[in-house]
Amino acid sequence: MTPPAASDATRGAASARTTWSRPPIFFTTPAARYAFWFLIAAYLFWSSSTLNIDWVRTAQGLPRAGDMLARMVPPDFSRSGLLIRGVVESVQMAFAASFIGMILAIPLGLAAASNLAPRPVYLAARSLIVLSRTFHEVFIAIFFVKIVGFGPLAGLLTLIVASVSFISKMIAEDIENMNMGQIEAIRATGASFPKLLLYAVQPQVLPRYLGVCIYRLDANIRHSTVVGIVGAGGIGATLSASFKRYDYDFSLAILLTIIALVFIGEIFSTWLRSRLR
Amino acid sequence: MLEITDLVKEYPGGLRALRGVTLNVTEPQVVAVIGSSGAGKSTLIRCINRLVEPTSGSVKLGGQELTTLNRSDLRKARSHIGMIFQEYNLVERLTVMENVLSGRLGSVSLWRAFRRNYPPEDVANAFELLDRVGLTGRQDDRADALSGGQRQRVGIARALMQKPNLLLVDEPTASLDPKTSRQIMRLICELAHESGTPALVNIHDVALAQASADRVIALNDGNLIFDGAPGDLTPEVLNDIYGEEDWSATIRKDDDDAENAEPEAPAKQAKPPSRNGTVGK
Amino acid sequence: MNASHPYPDIWRRFSPRQAIVRTLWMLGVVFIAVWSLGNLDITWIYFLDAHIQAADLLTRMFPPEWGHTGRIIAPMMETIHIATLGTVVTFVIAIPLAFLSARNTTPNWITWFIGRFILVSSRSINTIVWALIFVAIFGPGAMAGIWAIAFRSIGFMGKLIAEAIEEVDEGTVEAIEATGASRLKVLLVGVMPQVLPVIFGTTMYRWDINIRESTVLGFVGAGGIGIELYSSINLFRWPEVSVMVFAILLVVILSEFVSATARQKIT
Repeated sequence: MTPPAASDATRGAASARTTWSRPPIFFTTPAARYAFWFLIAAYLFWSSSTLNIDWVRTAQGLPRAGDMLARMVPPDFSRSGLLIRGVVESVQMAFAASFIGMILAIPLGLAAASNLAPRPVYLAARSLIVLSRTFHEVFIAIFFVKIVGFGPLAGLLTLIVASVSFISKMIAEDIENMNMGQIEAIRATGASFPKLLLYAVQPQVLPRYLGVCIYRLDANIRHSTVVGIVGAGGIGATLSASFKRYDYDFSLAILLTIIALVFIGEIFSTWLRSRLR
Repeated sequence: MLEITDLVKEYPGGLRALRGVTLNVTEPQVVAVIGSSGAGKSTLIRCINRLVEPTSGSVKLGGQELTTLNRSDLRKARSHIGMIFQEYNLVERLTVMENVLSGRLGSVSLWRAFRRNYPPEDVANAFELLDRVGLTGRQDDRADALSGGQRQRVGIARALMQKPNLLLVDEPTASLDPKTSRQIMRLICELAHESGTPALVNIHDVALAQASADRVIALNDGNLIFDGAPGDLTPEVLNDIYGEEDWSATIRKDDDDAENAEPEAPAKQAKPPSRNGTVGK
Repeated sequence: MNASHPYPDIWRRFSPRQAIVRTLWMLGVVFIAVWSLGNLDITWIYFLDAHIQAADLLTRMFPPEWGHTGRIIAPMMETIHIATLGTVVTFVIAIPLAFLSARNTTPNWITWFIGRFILVSSRSINTIVWALIFVAIFGPGAMAGIWAIAFRSIGFMGKLIAEAIEEVDEGTVEAIEATGASRLKVLLVGVMPQVLPVIFGTTMYRWDINIRESTVLGFVGAGGIGIELYSSINLFRWPEVSVMVFAILLVVILSEFVSATARQKIT
């Protein structure tokens, strides 16, 4: 008996298709993939050639790093008075800025919510937030230094601006995600706007607001250590000075203190946020 | 009590939600508002307390023209109009008691509202209302811990806290199961009758409307096309309101036991019309 | 209404104990804030004329010195390069580091600990501080900037990627292990594809942040527009400063747009 024609056909079909490759995820054609990697390579080549990199100095870098490391260890904690004063100043700046910032952020956040604020107010508030978030806080710090002089006041103002722009953006987003039905119901009882805020907006927004403020406190502690580098108060100035004077062992002491401070800040912030639940 | 004259609502873009509705409620009765989705029921209700601003027409409550009130007078007027919502619209993170007391927000000072320090009469009233809607002892529960039916009861209590001159009720049972729907509708009607408050109730369940209401009005595409007693809702009338369908299971017949009737929403009927000789739409 | 059944007319949201605890918390916060503010070494008199100073500054900044634009193109490009190259370096280092720091892909707990430690240290030190260090090592210039960006970003990206690795569907990985594949193959075929979107998204997100960071690295000498900015500010050449401010604004907004679009495309 001759085998049915079907098996011939199957055998034929099976041998026709012996390869399979996974359909590409990101790149629809091989050409797109090659183009991508080519572009990356071209960019790397171009950028490294246009950058003024002093390769000689770079080569000296590694031994320099070793030397620096040797001078850093052991860290010098002897000037503890200076260290502690710097840290305390940083922490105070962070706390005060967070507190003032979280209060000032409320009206700005309300104004930046498209479902609560009239359109021109909304646009103005949103632009303000975008503008203040575009610039790095060190940049804002320099401006404040020029306006109010060296010292922690500039740092305080910088951190307030950073806090307000961050928190108000979160508040605005939260408000825009609110359940509007609750607003409608409270409006229908004849409540005025402040009472509406208290009963319909605040309960929906408060928990996340508090979480955001605590997070911002932690971030402010981190940033407060840095604004001093440009003269705006805190431990940053001490750090910058120690580098300039090649006091690397003191630098390491300061760095370790900063790391410890940030670490404690994170733990404190996580603990506090968990208490909110 | 409530006089609506030639109420029109036109949205920018041309959508006419209400095309001149005229309605008079002269005694404390429960008026059911029926009609298909998009017919204007929700808009009508919200134009009365101006959660939606009417384009033209007049709404008079107790002789006072509502459409021309300024903002602070409007708030005063709203504090005497109770509203009950389809999605309950409780403030979920607040307790039941705070939700009920929030009905009085139009009448207490900001400081009292903030400190949750309401006048004693209001507090006693709130406890009494909680008792009346069957939620005794639940005043400290968070609103989001309650079931749908329980939440709607809180909504009812909140509306009644206002000692309203008018109850606006927007599809109170749309999110509830059939048994709870009946309980809630019964509760609303009992309370309305007890306090002598007229009530406008949007409802899509025709049999439930017939069972509970004193009067039925129907909207179709923004026009008021029926205003009469629940018993007058014949299949012909329902065709006008909703379109051609087999209404036999939807209408409550006089000898039906209202407890056992299991109505289906008109749109679910798929049988072609066989009763009337009229051809389709 | 039942006269024999009087209803209570007092209701309090919080029990007395709860109310006291809440009040204490609030008082505590206020106290710390006031103590911080009061103890700062601030000459408050300077604050009083701050608004006058600010207004004065703004008038000096306008009109911007548009002729200066030609001179800042190169530094701006350098800024972008520093951010991009720094992110590329991060990409190369952070991925293996993330695999080391994820509980389900790390060989043993020692490697896990080391991985996590590196990530935490990297995150705890601000980019600018890293820049200080690298300027001391490599001298002023873009090289220091690139490494500063990289060393800070490794912690950021590594943490997010490690978290994504830990959330990988274990079933998929098990299935591949069951075929007898080597450890490396399991990682490549089982874990990587699930994590690639996160890797890509995190890279674009961090690149965007790095552009912002790179603008100020020049303040400590690590290259980019920061150098020009710092010198113009110190020389009180405010019209030049405002041109640079505009340029930075433009670049940051563009990079945010690019980053957001790219991230949208992969989700």
